[in-house]
Amino acid sequence: MRVTRESELVEVVRAATAPLHITGGGTRPVGRGEGAALQVAISGITLYEPGALTLIAGAGTPLRVVEEAVAAEGQRLPFEPVRWGALLGAAGESTIGGVVAANVSGPRRIQAGACRDSLIGVRFVDGTGAAVKNGGRVMKNVTGYDLVKLMAGSWGTLGVLSEVAFKLLPAAPAQASLVMDVPLAVAAKVLAAALGSPFDVSGAGWMPGVGAMVRLEGLAESVAYRAGRLAEVLAPHAPKILRDEGAGLWRDLGEGKPLQGRRGDLWRFSVKPSEGPLVAARLGGEVVLDWGGGLVWALVTEGTDARALAAPYSGHATCLRGPFAAFEPEPAPLAALARGLRARFDPKGLFNPGKMG
Amino acid sequence: MEMPVPSAKVLADKARIVKRLRKVLPRDAVIDDPAETRAYECDALSAYRCAPLAVVLPRTTEEVAACLKLLHELRVPVVPRGAGTSLAGGSMPSADAVVLGLARMNRVLEIDTENRFIRVEAGRTNLSVTGAIEGQGWFYAPDPSSQLACAIAGNIGMNSGGAHCLKYGVTTNNLMGVTLVTMQGEVVTIGGPWCDAGGLDLLGVICGSEGQLGVVTEATLRILRQPEGARPVLIGFGSNEVAGACVADIIRAGILPVAIEFMDRPCIEATEAFCHAGYPDCEALLIVECEGSEAEIAEQLGLIRQIATRHDPVEFREAQSPDEAKRIWLGRKSAFGAMGQKGDYMCLDGTIPVSALPEVLRRISEISRAFGLEVGNVFHAGDGNMHPLILYNANEPGQQELCERMGAEILKLCVEAGGCLTGEHGVGLEKRDLMEVQFAPEDLEAQMRVKDVFDPAWLLNAAKVFPLRVSAARRGG
Repeated sequence: MRVTRESELVEVVRAATAPLHITGGGTRPVGRGEGAALQVAISGITLYEPGALTLIAGAGTPLRVVEEAVAAEGQRLPFEPVRWGALLGAAGESTIGGVVAANVSGPRRIQAGACRDSLIGVRFVDGTGAAVKNGGRVMKNVTGYDLVKLMAGSWGTLGVLSEVAFKLLPAAPAQASLVMDVPLAVAAKVLAAALGSPFDVSGAGWMPGVGAMVRLEGLAESVAYRAGRLAEVLAPHAPKILRDEGAGLWRDLGEGKPLQGRRGDLWRFSVKPSEGPLVAARLGGEVVLDWGGGLVWALVTEGTDARALAAPYSGHATCLRGPFAAFEPEPAPLAALARGLRARFDPKGLFNPGKMG
Repeated sequence: MEMPVPSAKVLADKARIVKRLRKVLPRDAVIDDPAETRAYECDALSAYRCAPLAVVLPRTTEEVAACLKLLHELRVPVVPRGAGTSLAGGSMPSADAVVLGLARMNRVLEIDTENRFIRVEAGRTNLSVTGAIEGQGWFYAPDPSSQLACAIAGNIGMNSGGAHCLKYGVTTNNLMGVTLVTMQGEVVTIGGPWCDAGGLDLLGVICGSEGQLGVVTEATLRILRQPEGARPVLIGFGSNEVAGACVADIIRAGILPVAIEFMDRPCIEATEAFCHAGYPDCEALLIVECEGSEAEIAEQLGLIRQIATRHDPVEFREAQSPDEAKRIWLGRKSAFGAMGQKGDYMCLDGTIPVSALPEVLRRISEISRAFGLEVGNVFHAGDGNMHPLILYNANEPGQQELCERMGAEILKLCVEAGGCLTGEHGVGLEKRDLMEVQFAPEDLEAQMRVKDVFDPAWLLNAAKVFPLRVSAARRGG
């Protein structure tokens, strides 16, 4: 089933008596997907005001369409959404609603916040078939509860997104990357030194074959100045400064290029940044680090329980591909609250049942 | 402002409730003498007052949990309180409520600059969070005007903002984790020093829930390295509209200053008379602050000068020294106090799309003329968060009501322009009855369901945020 208007979505949900498997572009097939497929294809940008740094789009609008529209005005989605298709071997076109449902953020997350931080408004249809709005189209809004954040990263389990609104940022006219050939074990220390400087780092990761990488963005003179100063801070690691030719590295990092098309189970750990290399060392396989070490993408031997292998760690692990529960089971009180919310928002248990727990 | 009828049962039971509280809390943590509880009868929305049944001032999360568990068992309403600086009546009690104050929970628990976070008890004041780390070159970004006094607990409750959130975001964007005690007395740890939620983003909905979902006793906050420097520029204009257009052009040009503040003539005149900041004689002015090294600041200010010049400014004054920078900020920071010298005022907090600024400012002055009450505008223009200050005389019969009616008109105008009732102060009591202007019944129903899950008995701060008629069935149950 495919819906192209919110009113159609309302009808489908009202009539539904059995589970629905909610999808956007189908590029993030994570966790259980039971029930009849319901594809949200409510597409199109409904409002874009460059002067107010705001964009509203149907949840089924391809991410590419949104990115092209804002780029044409010299702006961008602050959180740098990344595509997982190549990593997960999923064809199809990522949608903006899918990005929100999975709260997907790229390397710039450490500076500009996550998808949920740029998301300023949503419309969704809950499990009773009611169309609900929350937030709006302004940058600062504390009117009522913030269901916008609750919907981001809820993987369709609380309601089906029909429309999403974002605040945007001006695209940076210039960027520079500092690349250092250092081993994984010291990566988090090197990245912490960069992130602990006053030079406004907008990306900090580590990839095999490349080493530690740090990004600066902004006005041209400012980037040149900060790159020079940061190179002094990181001098013991002999940084190489790349200009625009370094841009592709960040895309590779965000999309986990070194792990694409490889055999093995695929995991994603979100931990305290200093723990990143420790988790990676315990896992033993190929890894990519983002967010200063706080995000670990890991490829492990099929059937290995990476959570057990990596323990102890703070944060949580998601099994993106492999025979384990996708989402890490939560402590009992948290799980009870989450269950309570799902039961209230989706009383018939229609939306992606079992996906999150 | 209408409040629910206090529970006669709870009022009659006061002695027993206090006695039971004293069994679970240290002696000095329970206040029931009416002479002392009066200190808690209001917050910064001081037009509304009501002394609570009792006040508890716990020192640990365990004490908070014991106390909430008991009050839940006895079905006594609870009003959480940080430092009592809410401008929306968020911590105003009812006669049958126990105020749970966090003032004694103010310790720093952990500082970790390698992982860029600080963990504090939630009664700690906003400014003293930065105070604990500034010696090492770090700061906590959200900076509400009341930051010297306001507590992190209240900042989380209201999702507070500040002048510098144009670049750094508001509380929710800088909050990484909390320890929350539910009304049932259960202690829940949510989030921590990592970047995203492992399940549903409960932290996101707790922040800004106005003390209705639980009591936050500890918070993990993101900290940032201080920039090398910062410098403001003051730009004077011939009209509000031109100043508004200049704001839109600065944003459009791809420059992101840390702050863009706006003041109109009534505010400029009041602050001049009050603190002699040396502001130019003009209809409107902007204070724009840029950060970085000297060269970076010069680069940004150069671009801002080019844009401002197109709008024919009356004055363009770059701070040439720290002293001049301080004087530029002095007037802005004294603006509320200065307006207070002219009379009583009501401070609104609606947000509008930045592009609608000139039109909304024009219509606010029309409303001001129609109601016969003066308005001064001083606000965060970069993100469209307005603070119209309506001047009135509280001692003159009928003026409070007139002022509230006029405030409601302005807030309706904000919603009509595509904005919202409150950008950073919260709904509280003050804007509770206007919620239906912005939300349809199903929108409010979805929000109330969240409270149903966290606080099924609707005992926590339950007379706020949702219009009483809308929440009646739940509060009764």
